[in-house]
Amino acid sequence: MSITPEHPAELDRRTVLRRAAAVGMLATPAIGLLSACATSSGDEENEQVGGGTKSATNPLGAKEDAPIEVVIFNGGYGEKYATDVHEPLYKKAFPKSEVKHQATQAVSTVLQPRFAGGNPPEFVNNSGEKFLDFGALVNDGQLQDLTELWDAPSVDDASKKVRDTVIPGVVEQGMFNTADGGRKPFVLYYVSTVYGIWYSGKLFKDNGWTAPTNWEQFKALCEQIKAKGITPYGYAGANAAYYQWNVILTQAAKIGGTDVLKNIDNLEDGAWKQDAVKQAAEAWAEIGAKYSDKSFEGLKHTDVQLRQNQGKVAFYPSGDWLENEQKKDTPAGFTYQLMPVPGLTASDKLPATAIRAAGGEGYFVSSKSKNPRGGMEYMRQMLSKAGARGFTETVGAATVVPAGSEGFQFPPGVASAQAALKAAGKDVFNMLFDNWYKELDTEARTATNELMFGRIKADAFVERIQKRADAIKKDSSVTKFKR
Amino acid sequence: MRHGKYPFVIGFLFAPVTLYVVFVIAPYAQAFQISMTNWRGLSAPQWVGFDNYRRLLDDGSFWKAVQHHGVLLLALPLITIAIALFFSFLLNVGGKSSGGQRQGVWGAKFYRVVFFFPQVLAVAIIAVLFQMVYRPNESGLINGVLMKLGFDPVLFLIRPNLALWSIIAVLVWQAVGFYVVLFSAGMASIPGEIYEAAEMDGATKVTLFFRVTLPLLWDTLQVAWVYLGIAAFDAFAIVAVLSVDGGGPDGATTVLAMEIYRNAFVYSKYGYASAMGVALFFLTLTFAALTLRLTKRESVEY
Repeated sequence: MSITPEHPAELDRRTVLRRAAAVGMLATPAIGLLSACATSSGDEENEQVGGGTKSATNPLGAKEDAPIEVVIFNGGYGEKYATDVHEPLYKKAFPKSEVKHQATQAVSTVLQPRFAGGNPPEFVNNSGEKFLDFGALVNDGQLQDLTELWDAPSVDDASKKVRDTVIPGVVEQGMFNTADGGRKPFVLYYVSTVYGIWYSGKLFKDNGWTAPTNWEQFKALCEQIKAKGITPYGYAGANAAYYQWNVILTQAAKIGGTDVLKNIDNLEDGAWKQDAVKQAAEAWAEIGAKYSDKSFEGLKHTDVQLRQNQGKVAFYPSGDWLENEQKKDTPAGFTYQLMPVPGLTASDKLPATAIRAAGGEGYFVSSKSKNPRGGMEYMRQMLSKAGARGFTETVGAATVVPAGSEGFQFPPGVASAQAALKAAGKDVFNMLFDNWYKELDTEARTATNELMFGRIKADAFVERIQKRADAIKKDSSVTKFKR
Repeated sequence: MRHGKYPFVIGFLFAPVTLYVVFVIAPYAQAFQISMTNWRGLSAPQWVGFDNYRRLLDDGSFWKAVQHHGVLLLALPLITIAIALFFSFLLNVGGKSSGGQRQGVWGAKFYRVVFFFPQVLAVAIIAVLFQMVYRPNESGLINGVLMKLGFDPVLFLIRPNLALWSIIAVLVWQAVGFYVVLFSAGMASIPGEIYEAAEMDGATKVTLFFRVTLPLLWDTLQVAWVYLGIAAFDAFAIVAVLSVDGGGPDGATTVLAMEIYRNAFVYSKYGYASAMGVALFFLTLTFAALTLRLTKRESVEY
C-alpha cells in the first residue's frame, strides 16, 4: 500500500507535528545566523592569552605553551619557507607551543570574515593580488604595534636591537599613522626587492650590446634592437600596468629628486603635475609609441615575460622576483640582468645608479588575535640570521636581513640586482602610494595604459591622475598617510 | 477531519522559507543597511545616511557602467533573439514538408546538439577560451590566421570602441544555444495544420515566419527578453576574466558588477559598493517590470 498523501488531512496528526518539529530543529541554527550578520564585530572580543615570563631567550614575553596560527600567501615565494624554516624555528624556541599553518592564494577572501568576526589569526603574510588593505586594517586597530619587536634584542646578538639588523628604511616603510595622530610600525616588509629594467645577458652579449646608462644611449639601443626585428621594450597592459608607472615615477625621481615621490605619496596638491613627472611621462610615451608593440596591452605579465625568454622582447620592467617567477620558462644561459631605469637629462638630481628598492612582502601580527606576543616572537625568529638564511636558500631571494644573505650564491639576476643596490649607495628610494591608496594605483594603471599605448599625451596623463588624487584627498572615509 | 492541514503545510514551508529568508532576503536587506554606512569590511560600520548615493551621482565609472548596461540591454536580447529565432526556424520548419509535416533543414538534429554546447561550458571556461580566440598576436585563434594571410591583427579587446562589442559577441555566442532550444520547444507546439493552410494559400517561408511563427511564439519571446535583459545586467564573469585591466581599456567594458567588485574587494569600500548594489537592484527590477508591462499583449489562442 502506498502512503502517498492523497488525503493529507488523514495523516496521523502526531506524525505531522513530529515532522514539523524535526524541520524546525533543522532550521533553528539558521536563525542564529541571522543575528550574526556580516558586519557584526567587536561585540565578541577574543579572549587573549596572557604573557609568558620574559627572559633573555624570550624578550617579548610570549606565552610558552600558547598556540599561534600562521597564514602564508602561497604566491611567488610559495609556503615552503614557512613550513620548513620559520615554523620549525618557532617550534624549537617554544616546544610546548603549537604552530597552526594555513596557506592561501586569496588572503582577503580567507581572512576578511575572520577579522569581521573578531577571530583573526596571529600572524599574516598579507600579499598577492587579494591582500587586505593595510590602511583599513590600521584604521580599525587590527594591527599590533611592532615597536617592541624592533627594540627587542636580536636572536643572534643580544647586544643588538632587531631594528639594527635590517637594512635602513625597512622599519620606516612599515610605519603608518594611527587614528590618534601618532605614527607606529605595524608592518614588516621582509623581502628585499630591487626594481629596474631586465634584459638577457646572453642576447646582449651575442649582439655586442651594452646596458645603456643615459637616455640617449637607451633610445639609440632601442633603435638598433628594432632593426634586428626584436621588440625593444614592453610591459603587459592587461594586468601589470603598474610595472610601467613604476618606471615612469622612478625616472621622475631621478629628474627631480626623491621629493617628487614624497609629494605624490603625501597627496600634496599638484604632486602629479610636477615637471619631473610630466617629463618622464613624455619620454616614456615616446618609447611606447616607437619601440613597443600595441598588442602588449592585451597580454598578461606572464605572456610578455615568456616573449622575453623567447628572445622576442629586449627590455622588460619588473622587480627582482622576476628571475624566480620565470625559472621554468627561462632557457639555459639566458642570464637575467638588471639595469637601473635610465635618467633623462644631464641635469638630473639623482645619479644614473640611483634605484628603487624596498622591502617587499608585507607581514603583520593581529592585535586582536589570541596570542599577539607569540606572533611578534615569530617575527623575531624570522628576522634571525637562521630565519633569513633559510628563506634565501628556499626561495632564492634576499631578505631585509643582510646577515642572512652574506656569501650566498645568488642566481645571476638577483646577483645583478644586489650589485646595483650596492652601487646605488645612499641613492635608494621608494614609493608607497599604491599600498596606501589602492584607488590611486588603479587610476595610475589605467592612465599608464592610455599613455603608453598612445591614446593620451603626458599632459592628460598627469591631469587625470591628479584629479583622482585630489578626490581621494577630499574623501573623508579614506585614512590618509604621511611620510 | 482536516484539522492536520495547517501544521502540515507550515511544517513543509518552514524550512525552505527560513533558508530563503536567511540566505536571500536577509543579505538583500543588509545590503540596504550597509549602503548607508562607510563600512570598510573590518570594524563596526558608521552611519553616513545617503552620502554614498550622493557620491554615486558624480562617479564617472559608475555612469560608464550604467551606459554599458544600456548598450547591453539593447544589443544582447536583440541579437541573441534574432539569431536564435533564425536558427530554430531553420531547425524546425525551415526544410521541406513531408507527409504534411514540416521538417527542419537537413542535419537539424545534429545542429541542435551543437548549438547547445556553449551552454554546457562554465562561464569562466568560456572567458578563458575567448582569451585565446581574441589574443592580439600571432598565437590568437583569429589573429593567427589574419597575420598568416598578411593582415594586421585586430585588437579586439584593446581598441576602446571594439572592446565592448567583442564582449557582447561572447555573451551572444554563449546564450544563443539555450534560446534555440527554448524557441524550438515553442515552435514544436505550433500545430502543423496552420503552416499547411498558410502554405496552401501561397505563403512563402518569410511570410510563414512573420505571420505564423512569430505571433504564435510571442509568450516565449517575452520570457526570453526578460531573461536576456537580466543577463545584460550581469556579464560580470566574462568582463572580469576577459577584458584587459579589469573592465578596461579605461573602463570601456566595465559593468556595474565589476565596479561593485572593485570597490568592495580592492578598495575595501563595502558601504559604497553596497550602494552600487542597491542601484543595480532597482535597475534590474525596473527593467523587468517595464518589459513585462510593455510586452503585455493578448496571446493568440490555438
